[in-house]
Amino acid sequence: MAEIEISCVEVWREISNYLDEEVSAELRARMEAHLKVCSHCSAVLDGMRNVVGLVADGRLIQMPEGFNKRLYKKIEELG
Amino acid sequence: MPQPPTAGGEAELIRRVCGGEREAFCELVHPYERMVYVTAISVLKNSADAEDVAQEAMLKAFTKLASFRGESRFSTWLIQITYNEAKMKLRRGRPHLFESIDDPKEGQDGDYWPRDFADWRPIPSDTLERDEDRRALENAIDSLQPAYREVLVLRDVQGFSIEETSTVLGVSKPNVKTRLLRARLMLRDTLAPGLDGSWSRRQNYRKVRPW
Repeated sequence: MAEIEISCVEVWREISNYLDEEVSAELRARMEAHLKVCSHCSAVLDGMRNVVGLVADGRLIQMPEGFNKRLYKKIEELG
Repeated sequence: MPQPPTAGGEAELIRRVCGGEREAFCELVHPYERMVYVTAISVLKNSADAEDVAQEAMLKAFTKLASFRGESRFSTWLIQITYNEAKMKLRRGRPHLFESIDDPKEGQDGDYWPRDFADWRPIPSDTLERDEDRRALENAIDSLQPAYREVLVLRDVQGFSIEETSTVLGVSKPNVKTRLLRARLMLRDTLAPGLDGSWSRRQNYRKVRPW
């Protein structure tokens, strides 16, 4: 059975949930049918996936050097 | 990255700390140091303030550990303390600004639609080795309004689940999802010209992003 068509705006509204696998199987199938033929929505999805991958990179935020030494010293100093 | 102990191992460490073994606390929190620091910086943006708050939050967790009842995960409890400490520091530092930077009310986020539709290639894995690319990404995250930045950092930088993010921030799960959608779309549009911004200055439109 063919999926019911979905608009670009509906895809954008759910695209973050789609990436997080937080959409129903039925909605996922409708979105995938749309993404196959819509280059704009595919570009939104690819870009979002890239950005999410980039911010998850552990090199983005680096701990200040000596953080735990300073912490352990403070714990020791507590009365 | 240090691995957190199992729940049973964690409960044992907590019991030892409460029994007076101070050094067990360091073992307990070591896997979460980065998580605490990242949470602080998501609110405060400034690394010196973030370190102060991260240290204060750890000390508070130490002194209040006996009140931890295990109703949530220890990491969630620790992050909630950190988030509250960071918010308090922000209020103390900029009380006159606080109202305007406070969270949007539930359901008042409004729609945000993507503005850029050029194709993206996968981003090379060495991108963040370059200082200027890392700074550009930090600036893009900092440019988000606090409510969106905090959700993005907890969910995408730290890798918390929607549920954990909702617990730490004290907002509903649907609201976390709405804010996350908006944060990701805004960040994507901000970064679309390329991390160094050079793409947008080009005269000729290029269909594919230069990643």
